[in-house]
Amino acid sequence: MIKIKDYVRVGSLEEAYELNQKRSACILGGMLWTKMGQRQVQTAIDLSGLGLDQIEESEEEFSIGCMVTLRQMEEHEGLNAYTDGAARESVRSIVGVQFRNLATVGGSIFGRFGFSDVLTLFLALDTEVELVHAGRMPLAEFACSKRDRDVLVRLIVKKHEGVTVYQSHRNSRTDFPVLTCAVRVEDGKGCAVLGARPAKAARVELPAELAEKLAAGKASAEELKAAASEISDQFTYGSNMRGSAEYRHHLGRVLLRRCMEEIQKKEEQ
Amino acid sequence: MKISMILNGKKTEAEIDADMLLIDFVRSQGCYSVKRGCETSNCGLCTVFLEGKPVLSCSVLAARANGCKVDTLEGLQEEAEEFGSFIAGQGAEQCGFCNPGMIMNAIALFRENPDPSEEEIKEYLAGNLCRCSGYEGQLRGILNFLAWKKQQGGAS
Amino acid sequence: MSRENHIYEPDWSGRTDQLCSVNKPVIKKDALALVTGKPVYVDDLAPKDCLIVKVLRSPHANAIVKSVKKTAAERVPGIEAIYTWEDVPKQRFTMAGQTYPEPSPYDRLILDQHVRYVGDPVAIIAGKDEKCVDRARKLLKVEYEVLPAILDFHQSKDNELLVHPEESWKSLCPVGADNQRNLCASAEDHNGDVEAVLAECDEVVEHTYHVRAAQQAMMETFRTYCFMDTYGRLNVLSSTQIVYHARRILSNALGIPKSKIRVSKPRIGGGFGAKQTVVAEIFPAFVTWKTGKPSKMIFTREESQTASTPRHEMEVTIRLGAMKDGRIRAIDLYTLSNTGAYGEHGPTTVGLSGHKSIPMYGSLEAYRFAYDVVYSNVMSAGAYRGYGATQGIFAVESAVSEMAARLGIDPIRIREQNMVREGQFMPAYYGETANSCALDQCVERAKEMIGWDEKYPCRDMGNGKVRSVGIAMAMQGSCISNLDVGSATIKVNDDGGYTMLIAAADMGTGCDTILSQMAAECLECDVDDITVVGADTDTSPYDSGSYASSTTYITGKAVEKACMTLRKRICALAAERMNVPEDETEFTGTGVVHEKSGSSMTMEEIATAAMCNNGIALEATESNCSPVSPPPYMAGAVEIELDKETGEVRILDYAAVVDCGTVINPNLARVQVEGGLVQGIGMTLFENIQYTDKGQMINNSFMQYKVPTRLDMGKLRVEFRSSYEPTGPFGAKSIGEIVINTPAPALAHAIYNATGLWFRELPITSEQIAMGIAEKECE
Repeated sequence: MIKIKDYVRVGSLEEAYELNQKRSACILGGMLWTKMGQRQVQTAIDLSGLGLDQIEESEEEFSIGCMVTLRQMEEHEGLNAYTDGAARESVRSIVGVQFRNLATVGGSIFGRFGFSDVLTLFLALDTEVELVHAGRMPLAEFACSKRDRDVLVRLIVKKHEGVTVYQSHRNSRTDFPVLTCAVRVEDGKGCAVLGARPAKAARVELPAELAEKLAAGKASAEELKAAASEISDQFTYGSNMRGSAEYRHHLGRVLLRRCMEEIQKKEEQ
Repeated sequence: MKISMILNGKKTEAEIDADMLLIDFVRSQGCYSVKRGCETSNCGLCTVFLEGKPVLSCSVLAARANGCKVDTLEGLQEEAEEFGSFIAGQGAEQCGFCNPGMIMNAIALFRENPDPSEEEIKEYLAGNLCRCSGYEGQLRGILNFLAWKKQQGGAS
Repeated sequence: MSRENHIYEPDWSGRTDQLCSVNKPVIKKDALALVTGKPVYVDDLAPKDCLIVKVLRSPHANAIVKSVKKTAAERVPGIEAIYTWEDVPKQRFTMAGQTYPEPSPYDRLILDQHVRYVGDPVAIIAGKDEKCVDRARKLLKVEYEVLPAILDFHQSKDNELLVHPEESWKSLCPVGADNQRNLCASAEDHNGDVEAVLAECDEVVEHTYHVRAAQQAMMETFRTYCFMDTYGRLNVLSSTQIVYHARRILSNALGIPKSKIRVSKPRIGGGFGAKQTVVAEIFPAFVTWKTGKPSKMIFTREESQTASTPRHEMEVTIRLGAMKDGRIRAIDLYTLSNTGAYGEHGPTTVGLSGHKSIPMYGSLEAYRFAYDVVYSNVMSAGAYRGYGATQGIFAVESAVSEMAARLGIDPIRIREQNMVREGQFMPAYYGETANSCALDQCVERAKEMIGWDEKYPCRDMGNGKVRSVGIAMAMQGSCISNLDVGSATIKVNDDGGYTMLIAAADMGTGCDTILSQMAAECLECDVDDITVVGADTDTSPYDSGSYASSTTYITGKAVEKACMTLRKRICALAAERMNVPEDETEFTGTGVVHEKSGSSMTMEEIATAAMCNNGIALEATESNCSPVSPPPYMAGAVEIELDKETGEVRILDYAAVVDCGTVINPNLARVQVEGGLVQGIGMTLFENIQYTDKGQMINNSFMQYKVPTRLDMGKLRVEFRSSYEPTGPFGAKSIGEIVINTPAPALAHAIYNATGLWFRELPITSEQIAMGIAEKECE
């Protein structure tokens, strides 16, 4: 269990950033992961009072505050309409409602966890992160960067015309995923993200020709199979207690193909 | 540090350590229905309402609940008895240890969605583990309760 | 039904439909307290200011504790005491809750200088709160001499490395134990010439089936609260299934007389056999005995997962011989069981792997059953629902299905052809006869419910999905015959109602209610008229405890006997007051009548009379033990949908039909079945036990050990086909354990029917299935 000396509910992001510069400080997300650690924390910083628990939607983008819970993501109509339900699909298997009422988007993204469903989904979207000190940067860049003492403020998802599909495989229904997979096709481009490999989610761009075919719903079953196999080969896979590298690679082929099939079906609608 | 919250409708103030968890706080206030079944936020036994939403009290700092409204089964005795009697009607309460958390979360479900499908019930309560009942009796109890509720609604 | 003219008789065969309280879905007596979250468990009842007890555990699988430096730890404010191996008594004992002399070897100390698995306790720390105890624990400096460890139980027997080299190790019973060979038990028995019969068989299926050390994972972890009472006695309030055995074990461990110890239990948050072993009790008991101060120990989930008493890992090798026409003629079964670092329940669980699997086939001309139970440097095993039968039945039922596939015979037909029938003698079942057996009806009904003829073996649903079905049978026992004792005391209260005292442990199963239903039936009153007082060694009559599926069958009969004795006493007292001959009176439930004179007394009048100028005690205690252990039987049929690409198995429908004799409480019996099925499903598909090469268990939390959620278990449907067991109360047998036995073989069978692949190791993960299929397609 984590040990905490002082708890501060900050009044501003600047205050949070200042306090967080000490190594013994810790920003609290949903606490689900943090509390299990053996850390001795001098100052626990709570961002609850900053109004960062809202999903705001405009014509161009979604702004998702770092304290937005996974449950909010699951239930947000706009976000789910935009992602064809992939937002809900990506989080609904995470433990239970009470857990998702606590777990935050900011905590999931900042942790850059290998098993993260949330990171998998947002990597497939045109997502930027906003940090107090470093400002805005693409999520893909942030995900690869080392953890530092900056403070994650929100995610910004830019809207485009497109289709998203999310699938995962789990050994039991609410377990960590063995593999996560998100595929998005937009504006004649496409990308595929595989996470929980068990390394953290990574994204590859789909060949333009394939993306166009998917958007038109015209890829044949054989083509999809071959494409899934090819794309899956671009990722690395490792083993852990939930599955071997070989199985994950196998699942990569299956889930990528199924996601692309689903994209075609949705494009047809 | 000092905190103050509305616990089961009553203003409650206390001096606590910054790392005290909400589960330990509410138990220290006599809310013994709130149980601990794991250390990894997986079992759902410690479910309480924080500002009306079901959360795992094992994963919330008591400090974070400062100024909030917190409810445990101790504050929902009538609802617990009314709904719980349908669980008992199936013999599905069994050892009872997971019951308070499950009943809290079921009440949360009924408030959010008064007419859930079987699949919606299972999904909403997926985070409430039970090792005795095999879940089937809990489901029967819930469906019977909902049918009874509907009938009550129709009659009034 | 009306109670008029309802005269109680012990034999209810053919008349169970006339029962008033038994065979009714009575709501549990404690239900309201449980659903409203009342403080009725150990940690709710322990006072806030009692000492917190924790232990420091070994990080090594095999090591000698060279020294423990505790000065710094002792200086932490709030620390009351720290104990190491030097501070505890030196006589060995077992923590297994079994009737004395225990078959489990005496191989434990409270703290041992030799630690034998990752998690073995090294020091006990007691202090005023968790924080100071945690701090002190961190400050303890332990020097270990790390020894090589036996982590693979195949390597254990006759290994030079000994898990228990100590001379003080001792085995009380002739179970074939030998610590110099790493053997906790070893034996063989047979009937007929198994080699000769196998040689004559057209087909012999030979395979090894592996079941891991699955966890009971009851929601309430192990926990105990202790205090000294007015008379200087150690009071132990514990979450236990076995108050009397716990008292003896504590007496052995602490080296103090049993008369100085009282053990009682409040409500228990689940047990499933885990609490048939003394796991948490010893540490706070030692602290309170030494310090005189109240203390409690609450196991964390991690401790429950890594330092408790899970199922015995077993490898069951079977040779099953049959003729082309499907006649099964011989079974040769060898079990290698892994008892881990200590021998709790080692010698006994293994017996069930043969004795409660082989007798399901009445057609056998010969059988042989041999076993070795070995020590190893992993967590010790214990009692878990099914108790070895689960492991044996997975092997036997899988082998029978494999045989059916090999012979091209319908797997249900081959069972119908060979299964044990009522009246049959069962040489492999301790030479007992199946006096009550509706297994044939169970199989027939399960077949109908699942729609076997339409669905067997499988249907392709497109998109890589296959739907298939599987079947398995099971049996268990209803007690430990000629050994365990159940008792009940029943007495008349001032108002004419009754109080019943028992030491059987209601662990959520509802035995307080079930036994009250029986008492109400015998005393012709309402269940509400019976007050139950649960297990307490100071007040309850002796009972071995709630295990071995025995409470309904053994203690139930004791209740019946006690009630019959009490009825006579009530009549005697009434006859005396009415001045009529006792043998002319009749007990009516509401009172006693003397028809000839027309006089009568109500129960309330009799109870009042008992308190004035009276020499007849209106209470009765009876004990019961049974020379037989009549098996319950069941059939489980499952339909699954299997994703051939991901390997995912989804259960669509599970039809279970059980013969537990007369069903005492249909609701509670049904929930027993459903709960057992889901535990069985969990151990078959998800619940994995993995160790690092250093012997650390990886699945040490609910995050890493996945018990099924309500999304994982599909639809369960339960029915009963009751035989009538002449030796059981109201014709009842047992139900608690058998229910966990069918999922593993039924699911493995369904997976075979979907994929053509047999999986003989649990859990059967989606990875094994998907990669198995992929490999097969490559060939």
